[in-house]
Formats: sequence, structure tokens, C-alpha cells
Amino acid sequence: MELNWQTISFLIFAAMTLGSGFMVVTSRNLFHAVLSLMMSLFGVAGLYVLLVAPFLAAVQVLVYIGAIAILMLFAIMLTRHVMGNREILNDQWMGSAVVAGIVFFGLLLVLTPIGDELGGGFDKFGANLPEDATGDVDYVTVDEIGRALVSQDGFVLPFEVTSLLLTAAMIGAIVVAREDEA
Amino acid sequence: MVPLWMFLVVSAGLFSLGTFGVLSRRNAIAILMGVELMLNAANLNLVAFWRYVNPSEINGQIFAAFVFVVAAAEATVGLALILAIYMKRHTVVAEDVNLLKW
Repeated sequence: MELNWQTISFLIFAAMTLGSGFMVVTSRNLFHAVLSLMMSLFGVAGLYVLLVAPFLAAVQVLVYIGAIAILMLFAIMLTRHVMGNREILNDQWMGSAVVAGIVFFGLLLVLTPIGDELGGGFDKFGANLPEDATGDVDYVTVDEIGRALVSQDGFVLPFEVTSLLLTAAMIGAIVVAREDEA
Repeated sequence: MVPLWMFLVVSAGLFSLGTFGVLSRRNAIAILMGVELMLNAANLNLVAFWRYVNPSEINGQIFAAFVFVVAAAEATVGLALILAIYMKRHTVVAEDVNLLKW
């Protein structure tokens, strides 16, 4: 693995994603947490660009940062000052940290060459992972994605089901969050 | 290009951070943020495998796009639930909402 611009930008985006992700789960101020969440999602968008998925990167910025994170900001501002002086983490946070650590290091053993070097047959799955992307791919254009979404031998059925899901979610959110007239 | 396992390690780290956030935070909105981190980790995995294993097919990107939609729906309904609970009980702390607890 030579140190070219791709590797460097990968490391930058990975550090941005994981560092901000850590801030999300640990910062006391929820406002800071949601801003860190935006940074983390932006890092993931950068990783999408590195993976030659520019459409998904744009959707990530528009939908996640532009809509979901802003929605969370609204929710935080509407429910402010309810935490008081209580701790932000609950009583079982140490157990949670242990669970998260087990998940992380288990995945590390299965996925990375570290598992191979420790021996012990961890490489059942990792051995079949491709080392490198095969050459340059053509950019999958928005045009192609749009055609695949509405073509009959493509994804038109999941597309329609998804639109139904969005409508149901919208109506459900309005009904649930509405103030009672009574 | 960096090897695939490095992307997978980033994704695993993001997923573990999300797990920790979901299991340990008191505030329900913070729990929802943890869920978003986990969804992003899954999505990053999908796109990475698409790029390294089968980049000529479009399926990987489409699947990731559907995950976006589901995540948006989930965040909408989740935040609506949190707001409804806040209006009724004036709390967003998950362990204070024990109406269904026996």
C-alpha cells in the first residue's frame, strides 16, 4: 500500500468519520453531538466518493446532513433543558462499552490480516476478500440509476414499496406528534 | 486504492460506536443518533463490497439508496415518537418512559 493521494484522503476521511463518531456518543451537549454527527456523515460521504459512488455521496449530504441531522436539531431544540444535571450515560454504560469493544475486536479478527497473523483459522472469511479493486470502473451515472429504479426488470417494485413506506412514515409522524385537541 | 479490509475496519468501528451510543445514552435523541451511526456503517459496507466485488452491477448502489430511504423514515417516526412522549410526560430520558414496564 503506497502513500498516494487516495490513501491519504482515505485516512483523512476515516479519521474524520471515527473521531466525530466518538464525539457523537460521548459529548455532554446534544447540540455538539449532532454537529459531530454531521461531520461523521460528511466523512462517510467522502468515503463514498473514494469508492466511486458520487451519487450516493450527494444523497448522503442532501438526505442525511441536510434533512435527518437538521430534523434532529429541531427535536433537540424543542426538548431542551430536560436533562438537568443528570449523567448523560446510564448505569450500564460500562457493560455497553464491553459489548461494543467485543463487537469491534471480533470484527477486526474476522476481517483483517491481523486475524491471519494470530493464526487459529480466523481467515475463513477474510481469505476470500478481494485485496484490491479491479481496475477502473465506469462511473455509474445518475441516468443509469434512475433507469434501473423504474425499469420493469430492474427495481420498480421495491421503488414503489419504498414510496408507500415514506408516505406511511409521514402520515404516522404527523398523527403521532400532533397535539391532542381534547 | 486501499485494500477492502480497511473500509471494513472503518465500518466496524462506526458500528461499534453506534452500538455503544444506543446502549449507554440516556437521552432518546442521542440513542437515535447511535442508530444513525449504525445504519451508516452498514451502508458503507454495502458500497465497499459493491465497489470491490462486483462494480459492473448497479445493484449495490441501489440497495444502499433504499437504506437511505428507510433511514429517513425511521428518523422521522422516531423523532415524532420522542416529541409525543415529551408533550405528554415532559421527558426525553429513555429510562423514565416506563409506562409499559411491569
